[in-house]
Amino acid sequence: MSILVYAEHDNETLKSETNKLVHAASAVGSDITLLVAGANCADVAKQAAKIDGVGKVLLADNAAYEHQLPENIAELVVELASDYTHVFAAATTTGKNFMPRVAALLDVAQISDIIEVVSDDTFVRPIYAGNAIATVQSADVKKIVTVRAAAFDAAGNDGSASIESTDIVKVSEKSSFVSAELTESERPELTAADVIISGGRGMQNGENFALLNGIADKLGAAIGASRAAVDAGFVPNDMQVGQTGKIVAPQLYIAVGISGAIQHLAGMKDSKVIVAINKDEEAPIFQVADYGLVGDLFEELPKLDAALS
Amino acid sequence: MKILVPIKRAIDYNVKVRVKADNSDVDLNNVKMAINPFCEIAVEEAIRLKEKGIATEIIVVSIGEKAVQEQIRTGLALGADRGIHIETSEKLDSLQIAKLLKTVVDKESPDLIILGKQAIDSDNNQTGQMLAALSNMPQGTFASEVNVADGKVNVTREIDGGLQTVALSLPAVVTTDLRLNEPRYASLPNIMKAKRKPIDVIDAADLGVNLASNIKLLKVMAPQQRKGGVKVADVAELVDKLRNEAKVIS
Repeated sequence: MSILVYAEHDNETLKSETNKLVHAASAVGSDITLLVAGANCADVAKQAAKIDGVGKVLLADNAAYEHQLPENIAELVVELASDYTHVFAAATTTGKNFMPRVAALLDVAQISDIIEVVSDDTFVRPIYAGNAIATVQSADVKKIVTVRAAAFDAAGNDGSASIESTDIVKVSEKSSFVSAELTESERPELTAADVIISGGRGMQNGENFALLNGIADKLGAAIGASRAAVDAGFVPNDMQVGQTGKIVAPQLYIAVGISGAIQHLAGMKDSKVIVAINKDEEAPIFQVADYGLVGDLFEELPKLDAALS
Repeated sequence: MKILVPIKRAIDYNVKVRVKADNSDVDLNNVKMAINPFCEIAVEEAIRLKEKGIATEIIVVSIGEKAVQEQIRTGLALGADRGIHIETSEKLDSLQIAKLLKTVVDKESPDLIILGKQAIDSDNNQTGQMLAALSNMPQGTFASEVNVADGKVNVTREIDGGLQTVALSLPAVVTTDLRLNEPRYASLPNIMKAKRKPIDVIDAADLGVNLASNIKLLKVMAPQQRKGGVKVADVAELVDKLRNEAKVIS
């Protein structure tokens, strides 16, 4: 077995999902190559080379890959794929975007969003928004797999793999980058945070999300939101936790003013400890919460903030 | 401009999903089915482009048993002009679906293909991207805004870090995210009118696509249920439990 793993990064920093991907790939086999595709991303390759279990880092450093455009990335991965039995990428908006193109161009199926590796051809994945868990077996010559990173532990950073550059350049004239509006935050990313505090419709408006800031600061937490809060325009889409947003599994998840729709639960129910603060004691969120506090969030949040000081 | 909208018949999103007792699959007997919510958003976007005078014809296409014609009729009632039903009783993966759709693309030469980003049953999130690759088209996935002008489409995409806008030459594939639009309801007169709109029925076996899947479903289990815990009386008790019982904060 030889596995090509696609590194997640922003051209400067390697994302922690990559360590989890490598850990998932190591359940298939030990011959792991990490592909870093981007622009001016040599530093990322150096970080990638430290991940335990990585035999080699392949660096594809070219302007064509700067914005992870799927038309270009897929062609690159397809060309490299001939040397590997498996290609793994994270089930992020990057991996979900280009991997199905890779699978189609190789004429094989893709197995999406796995949460467990059973063997080199058998994987476990949630379906129906996590309301059923399927075990699937692939008879394809190559396995094209996206991985739900939150379901796996992270590989360590004590390795020293070699770095090799590839000069394969694939540029599609049909697609170009126009602009990006990325949220700048000093806080940890949702998918990497040990603690997450999320607000829902009960927050009433975007300004009230500031009530979560002090608590997040004290706990080193990321701030998330339910789909209802995002749809209502309280906060931007990248804060959404749920089946169609980010899937998270932190040590501690605090749901504030969130009723607990199935869609939201699918995104956070694998958290180690769940706390719910909601004034409706019948809210479904209490059925999954380890600790439930029935009360008005506008009274309880300042108290929680003070208690953590 | 011609728009093709592939849609899927899926379990209604309000239905509670149950796993069969023999763990062979999810039990869909006597379950309410509907057009997949993301596909509904795709149909709506196509209709809005027609209302703006950008699109001239909207074709909805669906693949499956005869029952998928219900969802094609829904698309027609919402405002699509005609339907295509690719009939098969095979259980297909996204790759076979994309190959079947490719035959429609080859025949109809649409300028824009709009699909839902994923179906709420298999949760694959693959078909649009696969169809784009097979058709050698660019793609704008997880769209929250679509602007067509000057032979190009600009797509604003919901990505993990925020939003990204890409410019694609036509023909192109767009897949919809939740916030692209809010689909309308079909009016009764339009539902009546839709009954007279044409649906072309094609046998999937006649399209020269190998329909055999290489993915075997070994078993389907219900997820482990998380048990509810305790209610705490106040913030002090909560913090105490988190510190000393769960030990998740210091």
